[in-house]
Amino acid sequence: MRTRRLSLTSNQFDWLAVSLYFLLVLLGWLNIYAAVYDDELGASIFDFSINSGRQLIWISTSVLIILVISIIDFRFYDSFAFIVLGVIVVMLVSVLIFGSEVKGSKSWFGIGAFGIQPSEFAKFATALALAKFLSQPTIKFEKISTQLMSLGIIAVPAALILLQGDTGTAMVFACFIIVLYREGLSPVFFMIGFAFVLLFILTLLVNKLVLIIGLLTLGLLAAALSGRNIKKIGVVIVSTVFMFGFVQSVDFIMNKVLKPHQQKRVMQLIDPNADPLGAGWQVTQSKIAIGSGGLFGKGYLQGTQTKFDFVPDQSTDNIFCTVGEEHGWFGGLILIAAFLALLLRITQLAERQKSKFARVYGYGVASILFFHFAFNIAMTIGLFPVIGIPLPFFSYGGSSLWAFTILLFIFLKLDAHRMQIFTRS
Amino acid sequence: MNDSRKLYIQTGMVLVGVILLVRLFIIQIVDTSYKSAADSNIIQKVIEYPYRGEVYDRNGKLLVYNSPVYDILGVPKEIENLDTAKFCRLFNISKADLIERLNAARKYSPIKASKIVNLLSPEEFAKTQDYLIDFPGFYVSARTVRGYTTKSAANALGYTGEISKRQLDADRTGYYSQGDHIGISGLELSYERELRGKRGVKYKLVNVRGVDKGSFKDGLYDTLSIPGENITTTLDIELQQYAEKLLAGKVGSIVAIEPATGEILVFVSGPSYDPAVLSGRDFGTNFTKLSQDSLVPLFNRPLMAMYRPGSVFKIMQAMIGLQEGVITPNTVIACNQSVIGCHYHGPSENLLGAITMSCNPYFHQVLKRVVNQDVSRDTYEDTRIGLEKWRGRVANFGFGSTLGIDLPNEKGGMVPNVAYYDRAYNNQPWKYSNIYSIAIGEGENLVVPLQMANFTATVANRGYYYTPHLVKAISDTGKPRPEYEVQHHTGINPEYFDIAVEAMHNVVEHGTGQYRAKLDDIIVCGKTGTVQNANSPDHSAFIAFAPMDNPRIAVSVYVENAGQGARAAAAISGLIIEKYLKGEKAKLRMEPYVLKGDFLDADEKAKFNL
Repeated sequence: MRTRRLSLTSNQFDWLAVSLYFLLVLLGWLNIYAAVYDDELGASIFDFSINSGRQLIWISTSVLIILVISIIDFRFYDSFAFIVLGVIVVMLVSVLIFGSEVKGSKSWFGIGAFGIQPSEFAKFATALALAKFLSQPTIKFEKISTQLMSLGIIAVPAALILLQGDTGTAMVFACFIIVLYREGLSPVFFMIGFAFVLLFILTLLVNKLVLIIGLLTLGLLAAALSGRNIKKIGVVIVSTVFMFGFVQSVDFIMNKVLKPHQQKRVMQLIDPNADPLGAGWQVTQSKIAIGSGGLFGKGYLQGTQTKFDFVPDQSTDNIFCTVGEEHGWFGGLILIAAFLALLLRITQLAERQKSKFARVYGYGVASILFFHFAFNIAMTIGLFPVIGIPLPFFSYGGSSLWAFTILLFIFLKLDAHRMQIFTRS
Repeated sequence: MNDSRKLYIQTGMVLVGVILLVRLFIIQIVDTSYKSAADSNIIQKVIEYPYRGEVYDRNGKLLVYNSPVYDILGVPKEIENLDTAKFCRLFNISKADLIERLNAARKYSPIKASKIVNLLSPEEFAKTQDYLIDFPGFYVSARTVRGYTTKSAANALGYTGEISKRQLDADRTGYYSQGDHIGISGLELSYERELRGKRGVKYKLVNVRGVDKGSFKDGLYDTLSIPGENITTTLDIELQQYAEKLLAGKVGSIVAIEPATGEILVFVSGPSYDPAVLSGRDFGTNFTKLSQDSLVPLFNRPLMAMYRPGSVFKIMQAMIGLQEGVITPNTVIACNQSVIGCHYHGPSENLLGAITMSCNPYFHQVLKRVVNQDVSRDTYEDTRIGLEKWRGRVANFGFGSTLGIDLPNEKGGMVPNVAYYDRAYNNQPWKYSNIYSIAIGEGENLVVPLQMANFTATVANRGYYYTPHLVKAISDTGKPRPEYEVQHHTGINPEYFDIAVEAMHNVVEHGTGQYRAKLDDIIVCGKTGTVQNANSPDHSAFIAFAPMDNPRIAVSVYVENAGQGARAAAAISGLIIEKYLKGEKAKLRMEPYVLKGDFLDADEKAKFNL
């Protein structure tokens, strides 16, 4: 009797995470309706001709997906992780060849009136494959070869997505650095990355000569502080020279590597008032929409800015504008708190896993959700260039909702079976 | 270690959440400017459409301009108490149509303006203007469509139309938006970038009800629209009109080129259509009508109709033979008709005689000598090497691939190569005796009339050409596109062309029917290129240039199913040349013959039951 109860509870999804998931999906659906709502038309939230009606289809199918995941044996994901990634990579390649182009990105398979975006599914596939790779018993994370291999698993799908022209989704793959950090990657990489971003922005802002003199001073200071340690001084000299080179190459990156619209978005962030009606149009409009919400917002369906089509992609990438405008700072607080609660819960769950596979995958889930959550909101309030990625569970869209659902529930399934030890024949 | 890392990660996540909330606090509560921006004013972008560039002929005559039209727009939310019967009467549309359009508009957006009535002419608009006040929610929007001063040159000028969904998706520049007008064919398409100009943007302040509150920051951020470039075509519109008159009621094409520049003076595709029918309100119905016409007026014959080049190719074979050193002007070859037939002339000819008399066996031999130069001891291999060499020389004349005219849909014709014959003979060995019909311009060769005109210009220039083109000046540079100022050489010594010119002179001077191209005081050089058909009368084809020294015009004329080249095509060639060189003083003796249009003799008519 006792054993039976134990097995029942241990095979259940974590109720807290599931509740947060449904809360976010429900709030998302209500806000999608608000984003497309028009009191003249009076269309119902269930009307399939508007996005909220269609989202209901995606939500119901997501529930089906959850049921399927709960039925599939939890060992499946461990065994088939590489194959899943392989299939996705094949799809990413074929979408480049056969896919149709939407807004400059060649990332859609058109099936009748609906489209499917393989890049959305590449995220969980990569998380699975990375978890599988790092959980192999012979793997030592400290080895450079392991780290390089991990990087390869992340970089291949990211590069293919970049080729499709979908820079935003490709950038999401940078989030796996959090997973690698958890598994033992040196924090130095974070600092180097951060230093380069800082330097990049400074180069665009500050006179180059001033910057180089500043760097030189810093270098000299660091060299002086490192005393007589030849090795340290060497490191300081090499990194100073390297940074000089980087500063010099920023122009090249801006003009040759980035496409014109990306250049504008970067410049817009650095100096929002430079071109308020050109590149900054979208950000200005979304800031007006959010900013006009005040503390408690204008009330559900009472928004004016989002109704007038001033903010593009209101029900997808810019869904947060509707939240900000209609529910104010308080609404934002609830949304952000719900996301943080989910993220913290997932990391907690990840830590309690017995198998390394489930832990690494759990961190992958948290990292992907975190990246989307943080950068989606950041771009609507002008903290980050517009990169066009959806807000998980919230934004309108079948591919994205399905992919995030699969991502999360595979982990919850693994968590439900955490007491069972993987047995491999 | 890893436990502390979990803490770091979780702290980092919370920290980011806090940063977002602080930023939100600043823009939502601390900074009130966003609130006032949203409450009182909304900035709207209004697009200002530029004038499309105008099109002129080579003498500065206006051909294509912009004519104003008016759209009636409706904002569904503002429409009140609409008297549909009155509205329909006023704008002459059916009630069902109006209801359908209003529903579509409502579906698109209740607060944005949609087109309800399209493209009213200024006259129609003047009649309705005063009544518009009775219809709240309806507005006028003025724009322009293309207007034409002439009914000619439709296939060169092309037409514009609303951008299609497919084009919109394919546009990577992000310039176009739905409802934009764009060049769809002809020069309108080729020079779309130059003609379209640059859109301007005005920022207007409107309140939440959409009421206009004036310009934003007194127009500080507005950009003016920049009109498109005007373009000057190479066409001589009077000559063009005359050429179209000659080709009226016939199927075929006329292309005339100024040899010294490659400028196209005349570009006729027959039958054609009035360009004005594809502009304005009836575009849809007229386009359907044109595209269903059995004589396919939208088919651009000078660029797309492919014919076997026939005897004209013999001139080129002679040039290649001379350059390869396998014949000299004095080479005499017997008219041996065992392999290939001929028509009556002397028993043997030298090169000049052979071109003039169009001797088939002679050129069968010439190409054999070009192709089989005993480079390899294996006949089959030798033929392969020789054929590729020959094909390279033919390509230098602009055959076998597109020339690169500034019009869309140009075809390149066909000049067979080794790979082609391998396929045709299923990779079985083949040699000269299998392919000799290409020697006399028959067999697998195909050319378009433009290539023939270009070839004529090349002979007239004694060995070089400029890529034929239709625009001689774009207004900002005053020059054609740079690729049209590049001389292309055939790689044949200029003196060899003197024989070709002499022979073409003889053809017109002494030929049996080619006298029809002859003129009193201008020396015309020409050659027939009759295209034989199995089940219908021959296509009449003729190329000619004049004057013999310092040529000023080169023409190619095709008239389908009109019998020998020496009849219809030769006569038209002569008329075009005379009209161009003499203007008002032209005698145009052959004009009645051409306009009558009865070119076939009794035998031919009987043969095809005409």
